[in-house]
Amino acid sequence: MLKALISHRTEFFSFLFLIILFLSALFGPYLYPVSPFEIHVQKILLPPSLEHPLGTDLLGRDVLARILYGAKISLQVSFVAVGLSLVLGVSIGAIAGYYGGLVDQIICRIIDMFLCFPTIFLILAVIAYLEPSLTNIMIVIGLTSWMGVARLVRAEVLSLKEREFVLSARLYGVSSARIILRHLLPNAVAPILVSASLGMGHAILIESALSFLGIGVQPPTPSWGNMLIEGKETLEVAWWLSLFPGLAILLTVLALTLISEALQDILNPKRK
Amino acid sequence: MLLTLWGVLTISFGLIHLAPGDPLSPMTEFNPKITPEFRERLIKMYGLDKPLHERYLRWLKGVITLDFGVSFSIDQRPVWDKIKERLPITILINSLALVIILLISIPVGVYSAVHAGTFRDRLITIFTLLGYSMPSFWFALLLMMLFGVKLGILPISGLHSSVGYEEMSFFEKVLDWAKHLIMPLLVATFGGIAGIARYVRNSMVEVLESDFILFARAKGLPERKVLYRHALRNALLPLITILGLSMPGLIGGSVIFESIFGIPGVGQLMWQAVLSRDYPVILANLVLVSVLTLLGNFLADIGYALADPRIRTGGRT
Repeated sequence: MLKALISHRTEFFSFLFLIILFLSALFGPYLYPVSPFEIHVQKILLPPSLEHPLGTDLLGRDVLARILYGAKISLQVSFVAVGLSLVLGVSIGAIAGYYGGLVDQIICRIIDMFLCFPTIFLILAVIAYLEPSLTNIMIVIGLTSWMGVARLVRAEVLSLKEREFVLSARLYGVSSARIILRHLLPNAVAPILVSASLGMGHAILIESALSFLGIGVQPPTPSWGNMLIEGKETLEVAWWLSLFPGLAILLTVLALTLISEALQDILNPKRK
Repeated sequence: MLLTLWGVLTISFGLIHLAPGDPLSPMTEFNPKITPEFRERLIKMYGLDKPLHERYLRWLKGVITLDFGVSFSIDQRPVWDKIKERLPITILINSLALVIILLISIPVGVYSAVHAGTFRDRLITIFTLLGYSMPSFWFALLLMMLFGVKLGILPISGLHSSVGYEEMSFFEKVLDWAKHLIMPLLVATFGGIAGIARYVRNSMVEVLESDFILFARAKGLPERKVLYRHALRNALLPLITILGLSMPGLIGGSVIFESIFGIPGVGQLMWQAVLSRDYPVILANLVLVSVLTLLGNFLADIGYALADPRIRTGGRT
């Protein structure tokens, strides 16, 4: 799969971009040892220069350092939220598909109901009751985005469970849990990966939107979304405050989308 | 449909009432004027002393009669009144957005599919992927920077001018509204255009490869007829379902562009309610948008049945 991924040029670059992003989120503070929190009153709103490659913000903080810190936040959100939604979605979907009948019907109904809520409204409603914090955001995004994966896994399991290899496993007396885990789910890994990489992009978009609306990651912790709040306030004087954090979001989500497209192409040769 | 509606209502109620936290705390916590006795009265007033199932039934009855209780905010107006005056704006913008999305995305998608593999197709693909990955609030910021600040030709907030609006003639008023709506509509539509165009393209490419298209071409039908009479019809059928499914996303987007552009719609109300923890308003909004979505899906189902002859005649064979 990795080989095929490399043969797609654009997708290869997206992959590379994400790896660089990941590494810079991890090692950024060592490679670029400027504090994202330190306030310099005499350096307010400096445009990009050699000393501050992406300029400084309203409190004289270095924008590049803050974007690097924001990368860490965004990646953290996307990994935890998608991880949570995968665990939920895969287990619920597998149960529905494997057991079928009434269980399946009930689960499908519940999925339909959850899909009726515009995600952002659902998240806003829950956040209103909890404190808006990084941990809560991650959990809430995860808890409200498992439905797609659940449907996917259900369909996959449903189509596989009548096949001979499952039947023979059952004849050997293999337990249901083991059949699901060892024989059915490995066959569904590919579509799960596609939806996971799309889901990561989605989680990053939602987190940044929430932070931009003031209901997500709270300042002074920098996130790409809440950096743009300052960008909006200084729209007339400091273009760099609006441009760079947004660009970071766009490129990251684009890379994730391209990778999921590539995965889909590789998995489904019918599509071009 | 009714079962789903009931489920949606129950999930909303459950989410809000099972979540940790005291719903009265934002009202009482920082207000020294509120004595424990007054707090007791508040609890009684909102029925918070009743057991959960009783509150649930009372609330459900309220929802059916559009009685969502009273807002926590200072004006203490009935929640439904607050929503009622904002609902038309949100519905107007979202319906306009939907029409624009369809008008642009379908031709673009078809064009892209007909020219599949060419440079132009790739260009469109790049555009749609960009649109798909673009954070809408950032797009809004860029638009404001360009049209509002740099060029100074479009107003950046509100629905109409605040100064001199009353003196305008009807025509001027319409123009004024239109000017205020351009940027919000751009923000509301670009994601949808990208998504639907991409969908139409892929679906069209697949249809164009099928046997009946080959047959239609072999019959010597003009290409235009092949495309629009035979291919497009089949490619658009699943689009109806996709439209139904994308309703929540469209309505959800209202929160973002209404907050940014200061448009007094339901999305902005939701945002303000969350910031001030106005729980009755939040709950009512959640119910409302999910019911709107449900309605959208229902209409999509009907549309699908009307458009697909296989379902339409299904009962009669």
